[in-house]
Amino acid sequence: MTSPTVSLRSIGVRKPGALILRSIDLDLPAGSATALFGSNGSGKTTLLRVVATLLRPSSGSGTVLGAALGSAEMDSVRRRIGLIGHEPALYPNLTLAENAELAASIALGRPARSEAHHALEQVGLAAAADRRASRCSNGMRRRVEFARMLIIAPDLLLLDEAHVGLDPEAWGLVSHLISNVTARGGSALVVAHEEERVRPLVDRTATLVDGVLAGNQS
Amino acid sequence: MSLRRQITTLVRFELRDELRGGEVALVVIPFAVIALLTIPMAIGIDTPLLERIGPGIYWSIVMLFGVLVTQRHSSLAPAAARDMLRLSGVDPAARFVATTLATFLLLLGFEVGAGLATVILYDPSLSSWWWLAALLPLTAAGLAMIGTIGGNLVAGLEGRTSLAPLIVVPIAVPLLLGAAQATEGLRVGAGILRWVLLLAVVDTVLALAGVLTARPLEESAT
Repeated sequence: MTSPTVSLRSIGVRKPGALILRSIDLDLPAGSATALFGSNGSGKTTLLRVVATLLRPSSGSGTVLGAALGSAEMDSVRRRIGLIGHEPALYPNLTLAENAELAASIALGRPARSEAHHALEQVGLAAAADRRASRCSNGMRRRVEFARMLIIAPDLLLLDEAHVGLDPEAWGLVSHLISNVTARGGSALVVAHEEERVRPLVDRTATLVDGVLAGNQS
Repeated sequence: MSLRRQITTLVRFELRDELRGGEVALVVIPFAVIALLTIPMAIGIDTPLLERIGPGIYWSIVMLFGVLVTQRHSSLAPAAARDMLRLSGVDPAARFVATTLATFLLLLGFEVGAGLATVILYDPSLSSWWWLAALLPLTAAGLAMIGTIGGNLVAGLEGRTSLAPLIVVPIAVPLLLGAAQATEGLRVGAGILRWVLLLAVVDTVLALAGVLTARPLEESAT
């Protein structure tokens, strides 16, 4: 049996004056997509940041892509994680092409202008490539993030409400990204509010209620 | 990707983003010039007095407005972009060097702009002007490093825009002291080597602190 991409045990996250996550056990099997539902403030984004290795938990242990949380191997593992958060990770005064090129150059370790332009074409932004990010709609900025994911081809894809406000075509890109990752044997974790819309994209769901994982179904 | 390539890539894109936004050229420099202008207006046209206090006023303005430059550039970088760079495997030390280098170049431009305004408004008579070729970069480098370290310290904290200047300004006092005293030395024709050495030592300590703390600060950021 293939080991899970992510395996967390008894994860707790405490911030000043609040316990955000309590005793979370979560597995993301290889080749699967999981949706994480929950109301505002339930701890979804915090859990996603733990999975992304961007936030060290206050308690508990786990592995992400085979590396123990907090271990020295995290640097190499992080390159295999793709995160699209609430806010697009773009420099506002760079063009869409330059933003894609920056991410591609760092990910590929060399100048990657052509890869960036190719990825922008794939997400339907070829005509807007020279427009500054600050002058583009939120949906267009999201598509740049999708282009970045196409370039880095992560083994673990994390989407934090990344689908909000997308048109049907862009929604298709989200579905394409998730199936790309799972087909390669990776995993996807999709944080969302709208259960009905997200359910068809995933094969597993879990629900967070006040920092506790209330449901974890296959 | 080698550290050198990570640094050059980041500096290139960060500078392009900042210069296109034009915050330093269109907001900070004009605001600093206005601040330089208010002093003569407040105390009157007393030429000998203005000549005497000009260099000190200049460095105070550089320090206070330079904080705006450093914080605009380091602590206010999009949080999501910081996450993206972290996940891209960019070495935290490379990020420190790149952000510092980009901020240094912006600060140097700011120092030159404010310096020209000081010459016009205060007409300070300095002997051995060429020493400024060492003083300006040394001070800009120190301030850039303090700004980057301060930005890393408060990254992810609530109220970071207020916290960062509170951290940066007190740590920058040795730089203000060294630069102002050295310039005063140039004005009265005294030796300034010890003040230049102070700036160099402060910069060296900051460089070591910045590189060594880059990873722990990044890992502790929420």
